[in-house]
Amino acid sequence: MNLKELVTGDSGEKRFLLGNEAAVRGLIEAGISIAATYPGTPSSEIGNVLSVLAKDANIYFEFSTNEKVAMEVAATAAVSGLRSFTFMKHVGMNVAADSFMTTAYSGVNGGMVILSADDPSLFSSQNEQDTRNYAKLANVPILEPSNCQEVKDMVKYAFDLSEQFKLPVIVRTTTRVSHMRGVVEFGDVRDNSSNNDNHWKRGHFNKDPSKYVPVPAFAGDMHVRLWDKIRKIEEVSNKSKFNCEWGTGKKYGLIASSSAFNYACDVVKFNNLDIKILKLGFSYPFPQNKVIEFLSDLDEVFVVEEVDPIIERDTLVCIGSKNLNVQVHGKLDGTFPIYHEFNSDIVAEGLNKVLNFKENKSVQFTQSLEKLSEDIPSRAPVLCAGCPHRAMYYGINIAIEELGLKPEDVIFASDIGCYTLGINPPYNAADYLLSMGSSVGDGCGFSVSTDQKVASFIGDSTFFHSGISPLINAVHNKHNFVLTVLDNRITAMTGGQPNPGIPVDGMGDDAPEVSIRKLALACGCDFVRVINPFNLEQVVKTYREAFERKDAAVIISKAPCTLIKGLTRKPPVKFIESNCNNCDKCVKELACPAISKINGKITIDESQCDGCTACIQVCKYGALEDGR
Amino acid sequence: MDNHYNIYICGVGGQGIIKTSTIIGEAAMNQGLDVVMSEIHGMSQRGGSVSTELKIGGYNSSIIPKQGADMLLSFEPVETIRGLDKVNSETKIVYNTHPIIPSSTDKQYPNVDSITKTLKENFKYVLPIDGTQLAMDAGSVLALNMVLLGAVTADDKFPLTKESVIEAMKNNLKPKFHEMNLKAIESGYNSIKS
Ligand code: SF4
Ligand code: SF4
Ligand code: SF4
Repeated sequence: MNLKELVTGDSGEKRFLLGNEAAVRGLIEAGISIAATYPGTPSSEIGNVLSVLAKDANIYFEFSTNEKVAMEVAATAAVSGLRSFTFMKHVGMNVAADSFMTTAYSGVNGGMVILSADDPSLFSSQNEQDTRNYAKLANVPILEPSNCQEVKDMVKYAFDLSEQFKLPVIVRTTTRVSHMRGVVEFGDVRDNSSNNDNHWKRGHFNKDPSKYVPVPAFAGDMHVRLWDKIRKIEEVSNKSKFNCEWGTGKKYGLIASSSAFNYACDVVKFNNLDIKILKLGFSYPFPQNKVIEFLSDLDEVFVVEEVDPIIERDTLVCIGSKNLNVQVHGKLDGTFPIYHEFNSDIVAEGLNKVLNFKENKSVQFTQSLEKLSEDIPSRAPVLCAGCPHRAMYYGINIAIEELGLKPEDVIFASDIGCYTLGINPPYNAADYLLSMGSSVGDGCGFSVSTDQKVASFIGDSTFFHSGISPLINAVHNKHNFVLTVLDNRITAMTGGQPNPGIPVDGMGDDAPEVSIRKLALACGCDFVRVINPFNLEQVVKTYREAFERKDAAVIISKAPCTLIKGLTRKPPVKFIESNCNNCDKCVKELACPAISKINGKITIDESQCDGCTACIQVCKYGALEDGR
Repeated sequence: MDNHYNIYICGVGGQGIIKTSTIIGEAAMNQGLDVVMSEIHGMSQRGGSVSTELKIGGYNSSIIPKQGADMLLSFEPVETIRGLDKVNSETKIVYNTHPIIPSSTDKQYPNVDSITKTLKENFKYVLPIDGTQLAMDAGSVLALNMVLLGAVTADDKFPLTKESVIEAMKNNLKPKFHEMNLKAIESGYNSIKS
């Protein structure tokens, strides 16, 4: 499919879309004007698609420096009467939370929708938190789509709901919904064009401090108004078509949401279980009356939801408040696991504990197959061949050795990005990690609380996201550590989005490039060096100098990620077999995936080698040569 | 329960697995079938294990239950082994015999012939093909995914026609490469049919 069809496709047409693509179609149908994000898997593709389509769809789109900024861009647009959208992964909500919490108080005029993508089982995240807690915390409605069609429909509906109650609305997806592909039928597109020349329509902000400035004198009333809205919205969720029932079960019922609903539905259907199902697509404000009605003639109910037992607790409240005699099976009584992603097998196993419907039929394999299954090598993601981070990690480890330091004398404070993969041997370059930008703050803390040397690593995008304020902290409080900004000219881990350090913006237009070097200098750092990570000698020398300092030293390693589109590939290295004495240094210490040892012989995979020259500098015997 | 068909596709990042799966999914949609698919995205680095799951015919969830696949299509020998918990005794196992040696050196890469031998001892339908060679014969190593796509369409139980798969391929890949990809699909198809 051509992505442009998300804009040009007519109502009634069908496409096989990724959940994240369906979200974009929902935005287009809703006629939004403004969208902002900071990339984070599993939500990233929404931004990638928007960045291609924004102009065709008359949408202003930006990659903001972080989620809080993106939240503020969307909130001000919405308060000015435009439909706005911001999206992030679950942990991004933590960054945005400070401003998000108050948007619920100040409200909106144009519809504002926040999509937050949870990541049960942590496919690409540092924790498993549940966005639904934020809906409760801030008192804003939340919708939980379970498939691609619903992603589109709910995103669109969320704007109407938001406008009706003048409150932002959250759409919570999970990895399996964001990265599910399914058939989506398009609906009507609401026109967002205007007589204005801009890609988007200009709104207007009507000043009214009593509504929009939450000083204590006003904020108290705002909170009262917020609760009024939530009570009214509960009537809407009780009647919502997204909260619907299937089946005829009299004794057993099942309440589920999001992808957990899919697993439950398949298990009930394919095992012909007599269970009636209530699906909650609109789960906060909790549709109490709807749930009470559903429970009223049941004996037992299963609650199937991923991550936290949120619906389960609300169901228990319903049961308690009406004194119903219904037994609840969920996470709290151990019927289902309390963490990690579900699947049909897990749900079937849980239901089976109560219903005993399935026999255990395991297959017998030959011993040789079992042995083979145990003996296969692991295949974790690795830094790409030619990745500049590899060269830096190699270089810093040499510098540490040359300075006579032991590995345990140097703490590597890592951050969120490809370079976190430096945790793996042979680099062993990640000892502590909390969140985006944490490596710099962690550097401050380790520097005052230990006598160890500290090496903090942060990417360019992450530096702009939240590395600058802790760097200011480091300078002012005289903390001593070496901060390396791995400037690979892109936001790589999420698939290559731009950031303020490169001269292009999210819509593909020219944009001023913000200098990391000047920022570090402006923060007050005295030692700021820009180096080429593929010049091993320079890397080692710079680290030696930096480690000897007593302040916050900044090294900027500047070389592009090899996956940036449009880069010309350098020719692969030449292997001079007669010079190789099989010392294995290149394989064991550099660990470039293009170099392997097969049947006792070094082999360069030319289709992978990026010609970065790192291995040439590592080989002491001249067995590797520049391919140019 | 006619027309239910689950395909588990696995291999190594960068082999074109997601593209192949999307093509099958679009072909199913165009034939009016219900289809859902699950893909693993993540860190963009290459070299990790990648898998997709395609379910045709009235499913809500896009994850194939244990032993629930009708077809295991693997782009790489060792990844075939990793995908075996989706397989039952009736599952067709089609896999590319060309290994990609991972850079992790925790275990020795097993001998491919012994993988084939062991699989054949345990399963009825084991169909190894040298997809990488067939792709090179078709014009480029990058056509490997189309060779394997052709191989899937050759299964008698596969609910989609070769024509609709080819149509979907054309919709998803650059016209410049259509001819080569057609050749690749045919050679994959023939390698299973013959
Ligand atoms: S995507 Fe870029 S930055 Fe990330 S590992 Fe690969 S080359 Fe390195
Ligand atoms: S470092 Fe040089 S000499 Fe040693 S194994 Fe590699 S290529 Fe051969
Ligand atoms: S030049 Fe050497 S280190 Fe760089 S990608 Fe090629 S094989 Fe790997």
